[in-house]
Parts: sequence; C-alpha cells; structure tokens
Amino acid sequence: MIRRRLPVFSMLLAALATASGLCAAAAQAAETRPWAEILKAAEGQTVYWNAWGGDERINAYIAWVRDQVKQNFSIDLQHVKLTDTADAVSRVLAERAAGKKEDGAIDLIWINGENFAAMKDKQLLYGPFTKVLPNFDLVDFDNKPSTLVDFTVPTEGYEAPWGMAKLNFIYDSARVEKTPGSIPELLDWAKTYPGRFTYPAPPDFLGSTFLKQVLIELAPDPAFLQAPVENDSQVEQVARPLWQYLDALHPHLWRGGKGFPASGPAQRQLLDDGEVDITLSFYPSEASSAIANDLLPETARTFVLDKGTIGNTHFVAIPFNAKAVEGALVVTNFLMSPKAQAVKQSPEAWGDDTVLALSKLSDGDRQLFATLPRGDATLSPEELGPTLLEPHPSWMTRIEAEWQQRYAR
Amino acid sequence: MPRRGLLAYLPALTLALFLAPVATGLVGTWLPAFGYFPTLGGDSLTLKSWFVLFAQPGLGESLRLTILSGFLATLIAFLLTILLLAACHGGRLILVLRGLMAPLIAVPHAAVALGLAFLIAPSGWLVRLVSPWATGWQLPPDVATVQDPNALALTFGLVVKELPFLLLMTLAALEHVRAEERLAVARSLGYGPVTAWLKAVLPAVYRQIRLPLYAVLAYALSVVDMALILAPLTPPPLAVQVLRWFNDPDLSMRFVAAAGASLQLLIVAGSIALWRLGEIVVERLGRAWIAGGRRGGNGRITRLLTICLVQGIVALAAAGLLGLALWSVTRRWRYPDVLPSAFSLETWARQAPEVAAIAGTTLATGLAAAAIALVLVLGCLENEQRRGLSLTNRALWLLYTPLLVPQVAFLFGTQVLAIQVGIDATWLALVWSHLLFVLPYVFLTLGDSYRALDERYARTALCLGARPNRVFWQVKLPMLLRPVLFALAVGFAVSVTQYLPTLFAGGGRFVTLTTEAVGLAAGGDRRVIGVYAFLQALLPLLGFAGALALPQLLLGPRAQRRNLQAAA
Repeated sequence: MIRRRLPVFSMLLAALATASGLCAAAAQAAETRPWAEILKAAEGQTVYWNAWGGDERINAYIAWVRDQVKQNFSIDLQHVKLTDTADAVSRVLAERAAGKKEDGAIDLIWINGENFAAMKDKQLLYGPFTKVLPNFDLVDFDNKPSTLVDFTVPTEGYEAPWGMAKLNFIYDSARVEKTPGSIPELLDWAKTYPGRFTYPAPPDFLGSTFLKQVLIELAPDPAFLQAPVENDSQVEQVARPLWQYLDALHPHLWRGGKGFPASGPAQRQLLDDGEVDITLSFYPSEASSAIANDLLPETARTFVLDKGTIGNTHFVAIPFNAKAVEGALVVTNFLMSPKAQAVKQSPEAWGDDTVLALSKLSDGDRQLFATLPRGDATLSPEELGPTLLEPHPSWMTRIEAEWQQRYAR
Repeated sequence: MPRRGLLAYLPALTLALFLAPVATGLVGTWLPAFGYFPTLGGDSLTLKSWFVLFAQPGLGESLRLTILSGFLATLIAFLLTILLLAACHGGRLILVLRGLMAPLIAVPHAAVALGLAFLIAPSGWLVRLVSPWATGWQLPPDVATVQDPNALALTFGLVVKELPFLLLMTLAALEHVRAEERLAVARSLGYGPVTAWLKAVLPAVYRQIRLPLYAVLAYALSVVDMALILAPLTPPPLAVQVLRWFNDPDLSMRFVAAAGASLQLLIVAGSIALWRLGEIVVERLGRAWIAGGRRGGNGRITRLLTICLVQGIVALAAAGLLGLALWSVTRRWRYPDVLPSAFSLETWARQAPEVAAIAGTTLATGLAAAAIALVLVLGCLENEQRRGLSLTNRALWLLYTPLLVPQVAFLFGTQVLAIQVGIDATWLALVWSHLLFVLPYVFLTLGDSYRALDERYARTALCLGARPNRVFWQVKLPMLLRPVLFALAVGFAVSVTQYLPTLFAGGGRFVTLTTEAVGLAAGGDRRVIGVYAFLQALLPLLGFAGALALPQLLLGPRAQRRNLQAAA
C-alpha cells in the first residue's frame, strides 16, 4: 500500500477554476537564460521539492543537499515528503485545472516513469531546461541511455537525471545458502521456504518493478512491452503468464500472500527482523549502505537474476507553474555535480549509482568516486549483470490496476 | 436596558467558526459525489460515481474492516468502562486508574499505535521477551498480528485509546446522577455491588455518556492515522481507501472519492442509528432484568477480571511507548534480543535540526489553537452565566458535531472554503482546522468546572461594586486557574493528535510530529520513528504536567496566605 503523506485535495483547487483554466494548455518555452543570470535570480528563493520520503537514508541525503544549497547558493530548500509521486502529479494537474498558471505549490519533483510520462503528455512540465545546466554535459549518455529515455519516453530536456537504479535482491547469507537465479527459480525457492519471501504491495514502485520483472521474464514476446499498450486483448495475452505465476507464488509468500509490506524499506525491516529472507532494492549498494547504517546484519548480501534485472534512471523535473524556477534549476544542477553525486553513491549515505561519466570529470572530481568504498555486500558492475529496459508506462498502469483487482480485495 | 456587548455575540461567532467549515465541507463533498463539479466537467447531477464506487475492487472488504473494527472497539471499550466502574465504584483503585488514564488520554493515537505495532508484531517486543528460550522461535512466526486480515490489531489500538476517554467521561457523568445515593439504596436492598451499579446507576449515567459514546463510535469507524499503522493495507478500511482515491492522479477519481467520503458519513450515521436501536433493545431487556430482582453475587470475579484487563491495557500502552523511547536511543536491536545490543544518541543528534523545526510547528499550532479555543469557550461560558442561560441538549449536539462527522467526509470540502478565503496551505488554515476539534474538547473540559464554581463569590464581588468584567478577571479566573490550564492542556493535546486536518489544511507545507511519525511508519527506520513518536507523546504530557505545576508556582504563596487568613 502506499501511505500518502501529503494528500493534495486538489479537486478543491479546481473548485476555483475558471473556464479558461480548464482548457488552457501550459505555456511551454525552452529555458535559454545565461547561467549567471539564473544563479543570481535563484538567490534567496525557497524551493519546495516534492520527493518520495519513505527512506530515512534518502531523506538524510536530501537534508545534506538542503544544507549545501543554503551555504553555496542561499537557496532555502524544503523537502516535501511524498509517499507516492503521483500525489505531486495530482496536485499540479489540479492547479492547472484551477487556472493556477504561476506560483504553484511545487518547484521540483523527484520523478520518473509513468509520472513523467503523464506530466509530459499533459504538458505540465517546465522546459526544456537541461541544456542550460552546466553539469548536464557530464552525464554519461553513451553508457547510460536511460538518462535520455525514461521508460521508453524520450526526456527531451524536461527532466534531469540524478541517479541510476537497478532492481536487485538483498538476502541474509546467514539464512539463505543458494539464491534463485531466475523468476521461475524464485517460485521454487518460495515453495521450498514458504513464508520467507514477499514483495511490497503495488503501486509502491518496488512492488510494481517486481511485477514488471516477472512480466518481462515470462512474457512470450517482451518486445511488445517497449511500445504502448494497444488493446485489452493484447494486455490479456502478454500478462497471462504473470498472473499465473503470481497465483502460484502467493500462497507461499509471507503471510500466505494475504498481506504485503508497504514499501521497500518496510520489507528491509522485515529482513532485519528475520520475518523474511529476501528483500528488494533499487540501489545496487543498498545492502552495504544498510549494513553501514546498522539497518541490516553484516551477513546481508546482494543477488541479481541471471538474465538481468530492470534498471532505470531517476530524474527531477520542474512543474510548468513553479514559483521558484531559478532556484529549482540551481538545485538540479547541484544534484548533478560531481560532489553531490559522489556523496550520493557512498554507501555511508545513500548508495545510489551516479549518472555521470567518470571520463568527463576532472582528475580531482574523479578521485571523489575512486575513493568510495564499495562495501562487501555490493556486487561489482560485472556481477550486476545485464540491465533490462523498463516497459512503456502504459503497461505498468494496466498491470497495477489489474493487480488491485485480483489481489487487493 | 443594558447594551449587548461583544460577549453576547461570542457564542454565535464560536458556532459559526467551527460549524461553518463542517457544513460547507459536507456540501462540498456531497455535490461532487453526485457528479456536480463543473471544473472537472461535472455539471449535472448523476449517480455515476456511486456506480463506479460500488464497482471498486475490495470495497466490500474495506467496509467489512471498517464496521468490524468500529463496532468491536466501541463495544469493548464501553463494556470495560462500565464493568470497571461497576466493580470498583468508590474504591481507591478508581482513583489510581484515573491517574494512570489521564496521561494515556494525552498521548496521540499515532504514538499509541506505533508503540503497539512494535510490541505485538511477530518479531516485536512481546515475542522477543519469550523467544527463543520458551517458544523455540529462532525466527519470528509467520502470523499476522499487526495489519491482520480482520483488523483486530486496529480494534485493539482503538480500545486502548478510547477506554481512557470513555472512563473519564463516565466518571465525570457520575457526579451528575447522584450515583452514591442510588447505589446506597440498591445496596441496602441487598443487591451485590456490581449488580447494584448496573441496575441503579447505569441507566441514569448512560444518558449522560451517550454523546461521548457516539463520538467514540464515529471516530473508530473513520480513523485514518491508526489504521495506516495497524490495519491491513490490501485493501485498507474505508477511510484510508477514500484518502487514496482523493490522491489518485486520475482526476475523475475525485468523484469516486467524494462518493466514498459520503458513504463514510452514511456508515457513521447508520452505525449510530444501529447503536441507538441496540440501546432500545437492551433497554427493553434490561428493564425486565432490573425488575426481575436478582441480587447478584459479590462481583469479585468481575472485579478481578476487569481490573486485570484494564491494567493489562494500560501496561501494554505504556510498554509500547517505552519501546519507542528505547528505539530512539538504539543503535542496534535485532530479533530476538530483549534489549538493544548497542545504544547510541546518534539518531537524536542527526535528527535534531529537523525535529526542532517540526516540534516547533507542532507546539506553535497546538498552543495557538488551544489558546483561541480557550478564549472562545471562556467567553461563551461567561456569557451563559451573565445571561442566565444553560446549555441545551441541542447545543450539546452541535458541540459534538465535529466529533461525530467523520473527518474524511468533510475536510476535503472544507478545503474549498480555505481556498476561497485564500488561506489554503497557510498556518492560519492549519490552526483553524485544528480549532474545529480542539474547541469541543476544551468546552467539555472546562464547562463543568466553570458552572460548578460557587456563584456566591461572584455575587459578593458584584455586591461590593465590582463590574462583571472585573469579577471575571479578578475573581473567577484566578479561582478557576487550575481547570483553565487543564483545559488548555487538553486543547493542546487534541491539536497534537490531529493527522488528517494537518494533511488537508497544511497542504504538505506544514509537518507536525504526528504527520511525520505516521509518514515514517510506512517503513522508515524504527530508531527515527522512535524519536518522533516519543516526542509526539511527550509534548502533550509536558502540557499536562505544566497545567498541574503552574498553579502551584503562580498561586502558591497567595493561596497559602489565604489559607492562613482563613485559619486565623
């Protein structure tokens, strides 16, 4: 389930909407101002950053960013903690419905996937803006194509990448000897060790990612998944193996598949408590990071599936009606700076892989990354295996809804 | 003829201040529920959203959870209350329990729920105490004791929180029904203590606690923060589900959410009606039982049983809070260790800046809401006395309105008002939204003491030539300092507890200890949850401690002198 920390009762905003507000599309224009001008305008601004707040280590990192931008750019960054990024989308949408074309409540959103697709599609985003950000050039576009294509949707400068995610599994090596190497093997494993595996309830992003992983691995032809959903019968056909799999898997899950943890961190807690043996993670060095933070035992380790796991990039975007656009741009640029990226990648902080190309960095900056400890529980880039592409967002929407129909009643 | 002063308008102003948002909120929810919401393309009345609502997956299960936990919790809390009072009437034990209950009433629901969640989880503190040496559980058992499929954990949490409230309300009501005399008569006729209380006192006292009981039922049926922590998630109880629909990025779901919120109101109204029906049935049966004349035994078993149960509940709640406090200074605490294997103040140190800001918001909002409520309530009570009015039953119902109407059923419509006034997501809106719930409690807390003050003091002062205002400031207020401060503390505690109003009115910009603690519960680090939940429980308790200690400090010397003079 999702705990929506910040319900945004935006229909109410819509109550004030004028007829013109309804049909007016957001005015979109590329950001072209010189960087110095933006820096100057950003001084003293308050930036409301709506970002998922479900993980304490990530919140701590954002707090660090807040201190940094305060010190260096005199920007007052406020972390508005979300339980689901959809809340932010919903708020911006409602603000536009209410005719609120400027001074919106949100300046920056941590976003990707279907939320980005929805906002871009509905023209709710400011930009394109990435070209004016000095640090954007440092991004590793060649080896990390998902920094430009988000869940098959081209970013086109409407969002800036700030971290790489890849689905992986964390287990306690003190309790698990042999880890499953594929989705079918995971089912066998769950049958052998009933009650020791589960996944967060969709639409939590890790839960949804697990569904997509199963979908990709079992679909007769996963190529379909890279294009938008065509019709119901196509979904029915492509997703059938997924539901058959889940029907078989659920009775062997924690709580008999009747209850699910609320989020990835909640499941990590279950792993630490010994209630389950495996948890899911999106950050390759989460296990090491959790060990460093006394959240998991020293024996925690990471595994991935042989045929690869889903990977993606996460971004920040600016709503079309943001109040502090300049401040949001400066914060975004800072998030992509070598310093911020290196701290983020450190297992002591977050353990989230950088989006930057180390080859593009100065020697000094490269040193920041070279000295990072990898941690015993982190797999090397080679061991992490192939990265599978995210399906088109329309698949995820369909599958989340169907999951609710089938298992949340 | 005396000029009608500002005071005379205060009751009307007060009512408007806290009823208008509820009323507009309800209208603002019901219209979209029937399809009327022009900006989202709904400009005619239809039943479409209700059809969509009833086709939602899991709605039946949500309703089952809501009704089950709501009724069960209310019934258990009510039965425990009357059995405890029946079994221990007039005894010292009641005073002791009352002393124990008072702090429990101050502790916010979310903190109690978080404490219980850790306590009763399969890997929680209780299991850790006996594992593995007694149970053989090297690993925690795979049993859903929290977020269980029948919402029993939620039910239990509600009982823990509502029992103290009902108990204190009933104790207060006992003073109005001449319980001692009734009991004495029944006892002299040879009735056993418990039977005498149930037959002679309960019928009279029940009338007095009917409204609080309905408020408990309404609350239990529509609770959100406790449900987020203790109830199952797939699907959750109705109120939580409605909240999810309100947040769906698909704006057309707003209509369904509004219908769901309206359904929530219908369920509460229907449940209260059902409860009333139950009252009538029990009354019929009870009359025959009373007339039957059976004297009943000495009630020792009832006494023992209820005392154990109630003490157990208090102990569990306290242990839960202790667990949270312990987590906040923990570095490492794994299953099955009974105590943390490593302690550290690091969590406190790391969270300090954030905690300070959030506690500041909580404190400022709570104090402001409680102070405004206090001024209004004092004004209303003073007006009532000067003009010789008394609170009618109908007025009491009005007072209870914000406590009877489910929050989720009107808060969203209330937001419309806030936006139209231009105070959406401002501190003012936040304080106002808290005021809706703070005001009734402050009134209920202060009303009795205010009216109980011997009017001869005021009359004497008036006879000596003092104007009514001077009498108020220099005679009544100092004499009532203790209950006034207590009411302030109650108001503050109620404000700290508010979860939904903070979310709605704060628009995400205002974070209090409660919203933070509930938000973190989704899976945050227990050590951090410990910090927030502990503080969340601590603030109201400090408020009460202050309310008790302040009169001593302020009035100490003067009161002593007065006593000396009286003695001489």
